[in-house]
Amino acid sequence: MRVTFTVNGRPQEADDVWEGESLLYVLRERLGLPGSKNACEQGECGSCTVRLDGVPVCACLVAAGQVEGREVVTVEGLADHAEQRSGEAPARGTSLDGARRRQANGTGARTGEGTGLSPVQQAFIDAGAVQCGFCTPGLLVAADEMLERNPDPTDADIREALSGNLCRCTGYEKIMDAVRLAAARQSEGV
Amino acid sequence: MDFLRPASWDEALAAKAEHPTAVPIAGGTDVMVEINFDHRRPEYLLDLNRIGDLYEWEVGADTVRLGASVPYTRIMEHLRAELPGLALASHTVASPQIRNRGGVGGNLGTASPAGDAHPALLAAGAEVEAESVRGTRLIPIDDFYTGVKRNALAADELIRAVRIKKADGPQQFSKVGTRNAMVIAVCAFGLALHPETRTVRTGIGSAAPTPVRARTAEDFLNAALDEGGFWDNGKAVTPSVAKRFADLCAAACNPIDDVRGTASYRRHAVGVMARRTLTWTWESYRGARRTTEGAA
Repeated sequence: MRVTFTVNGRPQEADDVWEGESLLYVLRERLGLPGSKNACEQGECGSCTVRLDGVPVCACLVAAGQVEGREVVTVEGLADHAEQRSGEAPARGTSLDGARRRQANGTGARTGEGTGLSPVQQAFIDAGAVQCGFCTPGLLVAADEMLERNPDPTDADIREALSGNLCRCTGYEKIMDAVRLAAARQSEGV
Repeated sequence: MDFLRPASWDEALAAKAEHPTAVPIAGGTDVMVEINFDHRRPEYLLDLNRIGDLYEWEVGADTVRLGASVPYTRIMEHLRAELPGLALASHTVASPQIRNRGGVGGNLGTASPAGDAHPALLAAGAEVEAESVRGTRLIPIDDFYTGVKRNALAADELIRAVRIKKADGPQQFSKVGTRNAMVIAVCAFGLALHPETRTVRTGIGSAAPTPVRARTAEDFLNAALDEGGFWDNGKAVTPSVAKRFADLCAAACNPIDDVRGTASYRRHAVGVMARRTLTWTWESYRGARRTTEGAA
């Protein structure tokens, strides 16, 4: 079947989709957006977290046919999404090509400065919250959504919002630091 | 596989009548796991996401009519006062991502003994609104669970809503697991005080082939509270009564040994949760009683 939906602000079409296929498979294998990670396939790990009509969900548990006509934001569209939210950019969305090329390599490969990262992405780099990086996209989407809803989160709020995202490297402390940093920068308007 | 995408409830009922083997999918948090792991290859998937009615709820005089697909997140946010036990149970469901998609209709459809909503529904008192092209029937929650992952729905029926009694007293929910988030219950317990009828209802999860009430324990406690005049005098429940109630709740279990816990651990834990939830709710009832009567 064909599935037509909006991904990162742009209309997209996926063909020959099997009826039992997940949104995650469509994003990764049919649209070439591998940012959302495939790990547990049972909603345990959160590494495939995307926004579906604004709401964080596990893309592995959404049937492809269920997204017909709906809006999905993936980690590849996070920078544009954050820019639009702050009112700094018109709603232009992220093309598939643009999304595939996106990498944090601007003025320095380590810092990713000046490459149009979202504040929460920049904070993850600055706080050292990325180790192997597999859980990072899901955590970024979940953390960004929480900061949109709750600009001044307590530690308990952060832990609750990220409770569906597993990280086996960091022990979560640097991730907590990163989200606190993003929240602080957001409130200072940096 | 065919993907059926009804745009209305009537279309969904017609599709289910035409294809009784169709598997309804709403939040997908159970169904998609089975498909991803190749445990299930349904001939038809019946997508219920387009049916707005399923995402609404109505608060009536005595009951809340909760649409089958109302996500747990909404229950936690909006129905804490009317359905405190279910709101507490909802909060223990998996993670924010799952609570944004999953709802009570799916929990009932799957009818896993470990489903988090069941003890709260049993304790509060509820009816499942099952509908087909033949009509609507209300299935009392006590008759709904018929076996491990089996329920009383006919092949052509879909769950439209659950009608849950609004709380008329304190309710509690307790769940044992290895961590706070993303955990399937080792066992769970729900308890609701119903001061209007001077009764107590319970619900046990994950400690029998189906979710069950501890009826003998309820009968004992109802009689003990009545005989001691507890509902009127507002005294603390005596430890011997609480102990006996806990023992009877443990005895109501029919658990198995599995990877999450042993049968004897489950019995023990249900007894502990029964005593604790009784104490929590009763203290809350006594507190409310003191406030309304202005006594010290």
